[in-house]
Amino acid sequence: MLGIRNFLKTFLLWELLQGLWVTWKGLFAPKITVNYPEEKTPQSNRFRGLHALRRYPNGEERCIACKLCEAVCPALAITIESDVSADGTRRTTRYDIDLFKCIFCGFCEEACPVDAIVETRLHEYHMENRGENIMSKDKLLGIGERYEAMIAADRAADARYR
Amino acid sequence: MWDWTPLRDWLSEAITPYWSYPLLLAVQTLMVMICLILTMAFYTLAERKVIGWIQARKGPNRIGGLLIPGLAQPFADVVKLLFKEIVIPADSNGFLFRLAPFLALVPSLAIWAVIPLRPEHAFADIDAGLLYILALTSMGVYGIILAGWAANSKYAFLGAMRSAAQIVAYEIAMGFAMVGVLMAAGSLNIGDIIRAQHGLFGWNWTWLFPLLVVYFISGVAETNRAPFDVAEGESEIVAGFHVDYSGMAFALFFIAEYVNMILISALTVIFFFGGWLSPFDGWLAEDSWLAAPGFFWFGLKTLAPMFSFLWLRATFPRYRYDQIMRLGWKALIPVTLVWLLVEGFMVYFHVGPWKGHL
Repeated sequence: MLGIRNFLKTFLLWELLQGLWVTWKGLFAPKITVNYPEEKTPQSNRFRGLHALRRYPNGEERCIACKLCEAVCPALAITIESDVSADGTRRTTRYDIDLFKCIFCGFCEEACPVDAIVETRLHEYHMENRGENIMSKDKLLGIGERYEAMIAADRAADARYR
Repeated sequence: MWDWTPLRDWLSEAITPYWSYPLLLAVQTLMVMICLILTMAFYTLAERKVIGWIQARKGPNRIGGLLIPGLAQPFADVVKLLFKEIVIPADSNGFLFRLAPFLALVPSLAIWAVIPLRPEHAFADIDAGLLYILALTSMGVYGIILAGWAANSKYAFLGAMRSAAQIVAYEIAMGFAMVGVLMAAGSLNIGDIIRAQHGLFGWNWTWLFPLLVVYFISGVAETNRAPFDVAEGESEIVAGFHVDYSGMAFALFFIAEYVNMILISALTVIFFFGGWLSPFDGWLAEDSWLAAPGFFWFGLKTLAPMFSFLWLRATFPRYRYDQIMRLGWKALIPVTLVWLLVEGFMVYFHVGPWKGHL
């Protein structure tokens, strides 16, 4: 009896018709598409996007060339060279992040004792020429200066969970 | 539709009366082909839209925002394909590689010669119309096999072999379904097949329902559409037989596939849903425009199977190769044979709508 029932179910394409009914209903279901450039999905303040190097409010570089970020970076994307600066402090002479190697894990930001290297919310960037994937110290500091307000606000919103 | 005599007169004056008829035919053919290609273009858009809607997406909505967002998408696709380079693989058979897209496209366009788009009008109103259709639909597979073979790629070759085996299997079921139709009509002429169907419930789909199902399923398989698209099989053999084609050479395969889909839809309507006959035929007054047969009804009815193609593609996962063979040989062919027997008895004992035959 069960065999006959199964045969009839297969033969009359019963389950296929059920599947067609599911997709027919889907035809009229509300659409969840977000029209990307015009509309955007909400973004967390912890979003890990493009890197930046921050400065103190008095303009002094935060980075003290401790190289903890270089050490912790699992993708070996960070290269740091340091020297004694004119005022006798230790500063980086070179701070490169290779964006092709970076996996945006955020460990550099976690490791940094002075909150110098941070990952911002920026994710809509592109490269047009070979070599632009290397974020030099100048570029990183530039991003930090330009987006300091956003970076500071994001860090402040997250401060109570740290 | 409209009167062609002014154009014909003009042609016979401008050139010679002898050539006026072939020229007029050429103009009409060109018009039908352009309409067909345009339908095909918007069919691709419809496919992306419908599948998008089914998957809770919006589909293409960037280009041509005047009436419907995305309306101009097919033209953008065409421009993109036109500007792409056609790469001919170094170790391929260049002649066959270039020939294959045309072998795929030409039969799918040539079949439209016998399709009566409106009453008493087909470019070639031949008596063996059904055989012509059967012959040319089988021709299309040569394009696919040659494409797969000439590219000298294992993926393309696998796709071609799968396609060949599949079409051989489903051609038989399709042919038997057509035999059922011609038994019902008593003629191989497409116009006669349509005229043999009377009234909404007298169309072949009621009495030949199993054959309708078999015909449409084998039609889907014949056009290599999902869920029978093992010949393309993106996830297994990249793109199957057209893996090495790019630009307009690929577009020709694309056009052939979609024109074939429209064709199978049109044939389904002709064989089982009364072609250009009105569904209100016999219900409303004779002079009512709704009851009048015409291209309007043919086009409208053809849209339904065309939508089903997209619906099936959005619903079902691809069949495994052995499942395709099992369905073709062990399910569809026996069903058609049994129903042909049933139909034979019905015709013999004058049951159903075939009281006049024999």
